Amino acid sequence: MILFLRRTFPLILTFLFGVAGALQYYIPHPVSEAALTEVSVWLRIILGFAMILGIASLCHVHYAKIRTRVAGWGYSLVVYLSMMITVVVGVWSRGQEEGTGFGWIYTYALLALQGTMFAMLGFFVASAAFRAFRARSKEAAVLLVAAILMMFGRVPLGEYLIPMAGPVAGWLLSVVNTAARRGILIGISLGGIAMSVKIIFGIERSYLGGRD
Amino acid sequence: MIFSFEFRVLSCELRTRNSEPRRSTWRLFSIRSLVAVVFVLSTLHAPRSTLAVSLAPPEQFEAFDMPGDGGGSIGLSWQAAPFDGPTVRYQVYMADQAQGPFTRLAEFPADTHYKSDVDRPWWSWDRSRTHHFYQVKSTPDRRLESGRSYFFKVAVTDGMQTSEGSMQSAVPTPNLFNLAKVNNFLLMLLFSALVLFTIAQAKRHPAIFLRRIPGLDAVEEAIGRATEMGRPILYLTGSDDMSSLSTIAATVILGQVAKKTAAYDTQLQVPHRDPIVMAICQEIVKESYLEAGRPDAYRDDSNFFITNDQFSYTAAVNGIMLREKPAANFFMGFYYAEALLLAETGAGTGAIQIAGTDADLQLPFFITTCDYTLIGEELYAASAYLSREPILVGTLRGQDLGKAFLLLSMVIGTVLATIGGLVGTQAFVPLLQLFRDFK
Repeated sequence: MILFLRRTFPLILTFLFGVAGALQYYIPHPVSEAALTEVSVWLRIILGFAMILGIASLCHVHYAKIRTRVAGWGYSLVVYLSMMITVVVGVWSRGQEEGTGFGWIYTYALLALQGTMFAMLGFFVASAAFRAFRARSKEAAVLLVAAILMMFGRVPLGEYLIPMAGPVAGWLLSVVNTAARRGILIGISLGGIAMSVKIIFGIERSYLGGRD
Repeated sequence: MIFSFEFRVLSCELRTRNSEPRRSTWRLFSIRSLVAVVFVLSTLHAPRSTLAVSLAPPEQFEAFDMPGDGGGSIGLSWQAAPFDGPTVRYQVYMADQAQGPFTRLAEFPADTHYKSDVDRPWWSWDRSRTHHFYQVKSTPDRRLESGRSYFFKVAVTDGMQTSEGSMQSAVPTPNLFNLAKVNNFLLMLLFSALVLFTIAQAKRHPAIFLRRIPGLDAVEEAIGRATEMGRPILYLTGSDDMSSLSTIAATVILGQVAKKTAAYDTQLQVPHRDPIVMAICQEIVKESYLEAGRPDAYRDDSNFFITNDQFSYTAAVNGIMLREKPAANFFMGFYYAEALLLAETGAGTGAIQIAGTDADLQLPFFITTCDYTLIGEELYAASAYLSREPILVGTLRGQDLGKAFLLLSMVIGTVLATIGGLVGTQAFVPLLQLFRDFK
């Protein structure tokens, strides 16, 4: 019975939901749409319960770090404090964001931090580009030339200096880049179908936790 | 009800004072002939609307439930008339009851709205230009309820006369299958059957050649390096939840990596964005340690949850990279804007980095910052490559055959579409539509 619940039952569920999910694309009937919506609601409910597991894991890991005073344990303390303050203020504000402390934390702390992280992307692109454009091999040299053409073609000053850069950049994007992307996407799509077939028919089952 | 106007041409006789009857008769005849010729010539060059053509009501008018939809839509079709042109217009009327009142839904020139204009494949739609077509859809103001009758009329007008056709009714009904997608469905079945066939073949003939994938060969090297340096291995399963194929592929590869870390007794760290993925990965890693014969080395906190917020997660993982300096970083699964932030930080710490993703937009960032990158389908092939199980390897053969078929189709399709465009023929359209995705 335990083996059935651990192995066979999940495989049956996977098969049923996998086939239903594939067929749903071809069935325009409202019942099919409603079933999909219903399943997504179930997923949200399961995710809500799973979040308890996540928070428990978070608390456990950071508690262990504080207890053993590992390097950077102060950050774990910050995690605990931030979480506690947000929860208390959130409960105090009854979950309302407009004109409350909860909304203030969201707007002036979380959003600002998220914006900072996202803004750093620009600097990371510059440093990654510097590394990539060092023409150490033929491929890197091709990448460098293509990147220079793209930059000239996309910046008004560049196109003013080299008028041909615009059309060349457009051709690189719409022909060479699109062809390569579509090739990759075809491979991904076929790989995805093969992977789905393996999962639906229970051929690939290691995601259930090892093989029996 | 038919409105019509008639133009009457009055004949005129010119009488002369001349008393010669034969000569005056000839003169009268010639003037009449001249008037007639002028009239005929003027009608030949006149706009069609000024012709004395009576507009016939639309013929073969049909109202029908639109095929392959979820209900709430009615199609109207009627035969194209000889007088169709830009100055003649069709008017579409609808009513909830047969007695009316009818409200006008649309009015359009008579040389537009043909059945051939509808983007549907030939096997589910008559794409002829001999019939006009108008689709009545549900809108926020006018909702068509499935299972209820609606009544329609079509009138034709040229501004001076209007001719109204018969009334027809139809009931919008939801359909159980979208016939326009049957090509997609058959191709999916064909490819699935091909994969199952190659799996069966692989069971009989297990020796199948697999091309080298350097990124997967480097897994052993990366774990060995981490063991030698006494540093942990960081493994990320991507930013998507468990319903994403790339996340499933990432968890499958995690199982293989965990077996090796168990064998080498190397610390494995797997920070998560999704608690469900975390729970599954805990189970996978536990099983892998068990299979490797090292259940004692398994640590429950090797998989841990951080947050489901994108940039908070990124900041936390970057912090782990900078503080603990893992010797090897694995970025498997689907990633968004955080891809470069993670991989560039990892590259800065000097770790050996292996990425695998089907996020085509993030691939350039991984290729730039990682030592090895599994591109697209290689991520899905990883479990077969690492485990070398014939059944799993068989699926790769199926994928390759599918790719060969699609490649051939694309070459033939491109050639036919080019010839069709150059010659101006629609002869290849039915064949080309077999490979189009219709909604």
